[in-house]
Amino acid sequence: MSDFSLSSGDGAALALPILETVQDGPKRTTSLHARRAPLTAPAAQLHALDALALTDGPTGTGSFEADLAAVGWGDGLRPAPLEIFQINVGKLCNMTCRHCHVDAGPDRVDENMDRETVEACLRAIDASGAHTVDLTGGAPELNPHFAYLVDECVARGLHIIDRCNLTILTTRRYRHLPAWFAERSVEVACSLPHYRQLGTDAQRGDGTYAKSIEALQALNAAGYGQGDPKRVLTLVTNPVGAFLPGNQASLETEWKAALARNHGVAFDRLFALTNLPISRYLEWQLEKGMVEAYMERLVSAFNPATLDGLMCRNTISVSWDGRLFDCDFNQQLEIEAVVPAMTRPHVRDFDLAAWQARRIATARHCYGCTAGSGSSCGGATV
Amino acid sequence: MDTYYKPEHLPRFGEIAEGSQPLADAFFSYYGKVFEDGALTAREKALIALAVAHTVQCPYCIDAYTSDSLAKGADLEQMTEAVHVACAIRGGASLVHGIQMLDQAKAQLM
Repeated sequence: MSDFSLSSGDGAALALPILETVQDGPKRTTSLHARRAPLTAPAAQLHALDALALTDGPTGTGSFEADLAAVGWGDGLRPAPLEIFQINVGKLCNMTCRHCHVDAGPDRVDENMDRETVEACLRAIDASGAHTVDLTGGAPELNPHFAYLVDECVARGLHIIDRCNLTILTTRRYRHLPAWFAERSVEVACSLPHYRQLGTDAQRGDGTYAKSIEALQALNAAGYGQGDPKRVLTLVTNPVGAFLPGNQASLETEWKAALARNHGVAFDRLFALTNLPISRYLEWQLEKGMVEAYMERLVSAFNPATLDGLMCRNTISVSWDGRLFDCDFNQQLEIEAVVPAMTRPHVRDFDLAAWQARRIATARHCYGCTAGSGSSCGGATV
Repeated sequence: MDTYYKPEHLPRFGEIAEGSQPLADAFFSYYGKVFEDGALTAREKALIALAVAHTVQCPYCIDAYTSDSLAKGADLEQMTEAVHVACAIRGGASLVHGIQMLDQAKAQLM
């Protein structure tokens, strides 16, 4: 607390206590990894969630598997046909966003996919039958094999999604990418938490908003965001705080109008994602003392209708070192996929039949994808 | 009752149905419809509700529509502007009555 004084009108000063909010708003964030924070360890994150007394949801136990069983999924989450091959090519990023579930940042120079693993991914893609390759990170563009990987996927006639932080497109070295993506019909899925500056900079750092608008204008100039199915520009919003995203369709209408009015920027669709309480978003919630209330909100919003469309059911998630996971969140928590007859499943050993026979591993963070309208890398699922 | 305005009353709002289920059903059904996307968006309606909450000085509504405005995609600047609209109307409502004062005063003054 600090004091703020206000004239009382009779010569005396009234002392008004105002909340100290220095930990909120635009500022520099560093990775948990760089600070050697105890929460860097996935086990510490899982423990923090498991320690919460959760009393809502179908069973009132806060057990995701028990709640699945209570709504008719007693056999757990099983795979749907594999459609999306998602590769997290590395944790290196030019940004350090407050809510990052990957704990990415400029200091993460060691965790980047090498060429040998890229080749193993391509062989697995061929065997997988997936129609879409989803590239994420970190800033995936920073991986030295990024262009090779994209071109190889283009040669295979696959749909490619680049999960882009936008600001990377304003740097000298990567300014060519909008046109380069357009030539290859790469879908660009860009993070932009809000169509105004305040929330965007609070979550992603000072100056992010201005650079993001500049990058969106460059993408528009390259033909993106005009309804062309070969130049799809998707925006991805995460709430800037401890609340669930609003209705995706309603937000999309407002965002389109506001970005067009304020900046002449157009885009094709908006994905509204829920923040999962892991990594740096979990750290922020722990600092604010609100993780229990947030988890209870997710659990009480548990919606069985989201289960069919969960991304873990139609996606494979590969880490920078080639390990296989049910989704990018499990990957960051190092909850490896449980594939029959495979220990520590690796992309070089990928076998579609074995992959499809697995049971998806879950924990309490999974309530993030089943709350309300549901959440996935493809936005709402209901 | 040792104090008015208990935070735990807000989540218990639905209990008002105890005395009349049909009236509560009618009210909550209407209430839900009011806040759907229409000619105004859900976000615009949440901001109006936030401003009105400050005008009627309802602490339950202020909490509820702060959360709802954020969830509907409003940011702090938009929410602050909404509260200033309430403030301006309240202030203006006082001040415009000053014309009545002015006329009354003039009628009696030299």
